Amino acid sequence: MSSKQYEFKSPILPYLLVLPQMVIVFIFFFWPAAQAILQSFYLQDPFGGRMIFVGFQNYAKLFADPDYWQSFSVSAAFAVCITVSAMSIALFLAVQANKKIRMETFYKTMLIWPYAVSTLVSGVIWLFMFNPNVGVIAYVLKHRFGVDWQYLLHFDQAFILLTLAASWKQLAYNFVFFLAGLQSVPETLVEAAAIDGAGSATRFWKIIFPMLSPTTFYLLVMNLVYGFFETFPIVHAITQGAPGKSTGILVYKVWRDGVINLDLGGSAAQSVILMVLVIVLTVFQFRFLERRVTY
Amino acid sequence: MKELSKSRRLFPHIILWLGILIIVFPIYFIFVASTHTSAEILAAPMPLNPGPHLFENYRRALLEGTKNMGVPVITMMKNSLIMALGISIGKIIVSLLAAFAIVFFRFPLRGFCFWSIFITLMLPVEVRIMPTYKVISDLGMLNSYAGLILPMIVSATAVFLFRQFFMSIPREIAEASQIDGATPMEFFRDILVPMTRTPIAAMFVIQFIYGWNQYLWPLLITTKPEFYTLLIGINRMMSGADVQIEWQIAMATTLLAMLPPVVVVILMQKQFVAGMTETEK
Repeated sequence: MSSKQYEFKSPILPYLLVLPQMVIVFIFFFWPAAQAILQSFYLQDPFGGRMIFVGFQNYAKLFADPDYWQSFSVSAAFAVCITVSAMSIALFLAVQANKKIRMETFYKTMLIWPYAVSTLVSGVIWLFMFNPNVGVIAYVLKHRFGVDWQYLLHFDQAFILLTLAASWKQLAYNFVFFLAGLQSVPETLVEAAAIDGAGSATRFWKIIFPMLSPTTFYLLVMNLVYGFFETFPIVHAITQGAPGKSTGILVYKVWRDGVINLDLGGSAAQSVILMVLVIVLTVFQFRFLERRVTY
Repeated sequence: MKELSKSRRLFPHIILWLGILIIVFPIYFIFVASTHTSAEILAAPMPLNPGPHLFENYRRALLEGTKNMGVPVITMMKNSLIMALGISIGKIIVSLLAAFAIVFFRFPLRGFCFWSIFITLMLPVEVRIMPTYKVISDLGMLNSYAGLILPMIVSATAVFLFRQFFMSIPREIAEASQIDGATPMEFFRDILVPMTRTPIAAMFVIQFIYGWNQYLWPLLITTKPEFYTLLIGINRMMSGADVQIEWQIAMATTLLAMLPPVVVVILMQKQFVAGMTETEK
């Protein structure tokens, strides 16, 4: 924003204009965030509401807890699997949809609308197909292929099912961005390479894919954020953390510890760690974008 | 690229149809289930063709709900609608005002305001649920529409989209309106907002879907059935042993819950795609 730009002058008006947004940000973001930080240093008796200062004990307990690390690693594995599968399939589809073919618009609409499907609905849909008692696919797996399909008992089955449901939901989002990215690659560049004799695979990997890198990077961050933090509804609908606590991802654990087990201090410490994680990802994202802009 | 063989021309079609199949197939199962009786679904495998109970099931879902949860879809749909509209419209109004101030005014705390809003950009509610829950309960907003809506208005995406758009508007327009004697608010109302129609439409689609699809937050703060949103209703219908679940009603509800946001996306696809790819980059 250069200083030469024309600007309105008024002593009070701009404050009145930002006031609603600032009030909301402070009451529903900064205040809770501050409370979370504060609470993470206390031990609260859930019935009397008495607070005892315990310093970093909540954090120390968390880091010493194998359950927490287990939850952390399953969340990371989950996020990575979702990101890889949802991004690669979406990119492949977007490349096909970007070719000048008949019914282009139909294909695009059909692949974009699932953006509107909620994460919970996606969980319910996949639960219904794979429910060991009523699911059609579960039936085929059990009776045609002889699989012992009980995802509430087998971790690998639960993990695969959750990944399928979560990636399915994320396809449309990635598709929209990859398609927009592909459309902004100059055609002349690709044609020039074709004239120089580059095959379609070479054209893709040497020209198109590098030019997509801002989109890919953006999606990488967004998919990781989605996989880590926004898949609660799927876990809640399908496995509820089972078998045992093995699929209890971080957000699920925050919820369970806070709401079900009423360990407010521990839950607050977990929230603080999650917030720090997201902020690091945001800063990382913007550092990269800034560099891209200056180049 | 001139002489593509027939198989190479067909290839993208085959792949895209496969993609569509992956997306539509699971939803077909849901639809089929919503046209049968519970007994037929429980006698696995359920039939793969639609059955004769479509109207009966949807009528029951819409007007009565399941036996274990007496809230009909109509009520929950009203709640989801209030929440989605409240979030999308509220966010658009609040963000337009804030972006207007940040772009068109110079004031001492501008940088501070900008950064306090910016920091909330990517922070999903999921990571701050417990503390936000406490604030809402301290404010006495559990089981209320205000409690469902206000904390969801926090994130800064809309402020950023509008800010970017405002920055692309030539300042001469603002200056000219001043010379003509218009106040800043008249400029905002008569010139700026009408110019911003397309980004506003895009933001509406994105926020409507975001609001409609909220799950964890309503799960936490609605304990009274009359405040359940559709997604919470689905969760309640699906809790309990497999044999007790009225699958046909739950699946009908699931389809009904998908419908409004899908219609919004299909009708406003162009604005939505443009808006989405612009906000984020």
